[in-house]
Amino acid sequence: MKRWQASIKDWLAWFRQQQWSSGGLKTVFQKELADNLSSTRFTILVSLVAVAGIGAFYVAAQNIRQVAGEADPQFVFLRLFTTSGGSLPPFITFISFLGPLLGLALGFDAINGEHNKRTLSRLLAQPIYRDDVINGKFLAGLAVLAMVIVALGFLVAGLGLLLLGVPPTGEEIGRLFVYLLITIIYVAFWLSVSLLFSLLFRQTATSALAGIAVWLFFALFAGMLAGLIADGLFPVSEEAPPARILHNAALKQNLGRLSTTTLYDEATITLLNPDVRTLGPVLVEQLEGAVAGSLPLGQSLLLIWPHLVGLIAATMLIFALAYYFFMRQEIRAG
Amino acid sequence: MAGQEAVIITRNLTKLYGSITAVQDLNLEIREGEIFGLLGPNGAGKTTTILMLLGLTEPTSGQALVKGLDATRQPLEVKRVVGYLPDNVGFYDDLTARENLLYTARLNRIPPVEAEKRVILSLEHVGLSSHAGRKVKEFSRGMRQRLGIADVMVKDPAIIILDEPTLGIDPEGVRELLALIVRLAREGGKTVLLSSHLLHQVQQICDRVGIFVGGRLLAVGPVALLGQQVMAGKPMEIELQVEPDNEQLISVLRSLPGVTAAERRGAFIRVCCAAGCDIRPQLTSDLASKGYNLLYLRARGYDLDDIYRQYFQGEGYHETLAG
Repeated sequence: MKRWQASIKDWLAWFRQQQWSSGGLKTVFQKELADNLSSTRFTILVSLVAVAGIGAFYVAAQNIRQVAGEADPQFVFLRLFTTSGGSLPPFITFISFLGPLLGLALGFDAINGEHNKRTLSRLLAQPIYRDDVINGKFLAGLAVLAMVIVALGFLVAGLGLLLLGVPPTGEEIGRLFVYLLITIIYVAFWLSVSLLFSLLFRQTATSALAGIAVWLFFALFAGMLAGLIADGLFPVSEEAPPARILHNAALKQNLGRLSTTTLYDEATITLLNPDVRTLGPVLVEQLEGAVAGSLPLGQSLLLIWPHLVGLIAATMLIFALAYYFFMRQEIRAG
Repeated sequence: MAGQEAVIITRNLTKLYGSITAVQDLNLEIREGEIFGLLGPNGAGKTTTILMLLGLTEPTSGQALVKGLDATRQPLEVKRVVGYLPDNVGFYDDLTARENLLYTARLNRIPPVEAEKRVILSLEHVGLSSHAGRKVKEFSRGMRQRLGIADVMVKDPAIIILDEPTLGIDPEGVRELLALIVRLAREGGKTVLLSSHLLHQVQQICDRVGIFVGGRLLAVGPVALLGQQVMAGKPMEIELQVEPDNEQLISVLRSLPGVTAAERRGAFIRVCCAAGCDIRPQLTSDLASKGYNLLYLRARGYDLDDIYRQYFQGEGYHETLAG
């Protein structure tokens, strides 16, 4: 038993030494964090996201009495995030649409920028592990994004308290936290996408454009494309049999879920709207005998568990690809 | 002044990029405390060699040892003792000179107080202390290069590798930079490996040079020795400037004893001597007796330019000269 413990201890010490002996990760992380926070583009984007989010939120707060009056007054606090007011879409739509931009902005010139400035070979000639550079950059970006998202979420929650005077319940706070966490993962996905593009393309403009193209595709066109494919395979006309309509709907949704944006949207709406009980097509007979009411947090989480796992897996996959390319990259200058 | 112990050793170092051979069977020994010049045209494999010495590129075969450490297996240890100034060095433009150097110091885990001291000292050394607080984007090319040297000095390595350090700098800047490098090697006791395709400049400061063409090391040795070897057995050629530079001059030169040919080459007159014959001792008096004054005289084959040209022209391409 003792030997077993000692060997674990040895292994941990070895691991810690391997992990921290170069000290490069911490240094790169700190430098990138400072760079990100002081960069102009970051300030511009955060202002954009914050103004859009807070604007949407404010309008929602103006309209909330009316909306809450119609339905049951449960979860008024969460409705602030999902209610659209007049011409403005709700808060979560804004975040879902603009969040990826934040991630892309922090990463699109991470590696090729260093390469073009000719700092990469100087950096890698210092006694640090090579992966310290990419890990440090990713973690610094993630830390900044997490700070922004949590700050924005709390800002909106605080404003909600002031405007409504209705304190959130424990369940609502829990849902808000999970929502913020998923948003961080979602934006981290885009950060790793832009990191990957910064390795694949030598020009920063190209990698930025490639990132924006993927973002537009996922946000706008993926859904349309899914619809097209589903309609092609299972054409739905006036007299189509119900089974085909069902197939069409299921295929459309599953294809759409290949896009992380869809995954994120479905997950957040389920979280912030406890009345969402299912995400797929539902038959009338399945509703027979169902008790009307909202889901508890645990059940909502169960519903979006695959989405969460999918988002994390996509983020890790893309980052792993970026990591692989970075480790294999030739560092010739010029 | 150079010690005898080899600090950089390569054994059959080879690097292939696909079917292209960047470096082939490189065997090199660089001794402690010397300034070694790796000379060759662009694309000769100098940078690839340097990257392999630093463990930044993996050799296809062979081995690179720096202070007895295998650069491929122990890159971190190698990078601790080697300071590297890349070709066309870059800095973070939005940071000041001081901040850039402090970042390097932190990456080398130099304690903060010590780091501050070293940064101030090295900036002073390269004459940039008055610009320490300026952002690097305002720096000129020469200033960046000097900052690059300061960046290497902050690390205080035993071995300094400089890739094309004089590229794109004006003559005055080159002079200062070379003086700086010599000071580092002589006073600091560092071993310096520098690569260049600019021969005149490097010639002045290198203890030994290696001529590197097409991925092969063709010759190694002190500049003077290389010249003698390259020119060994070949008739001597002399470049002259003489006044008055009139039409009869060429025929007069041709008539001198020991001269086989004379012709104009640009501003100079090139005179070929018979094999094994050196006309220089008598030349002045011979010319003076005919009413000419000698303005300039140089025996070709004794500086790098000529050595270099020999190899570029393909003569002696596969000849290897002992170092």
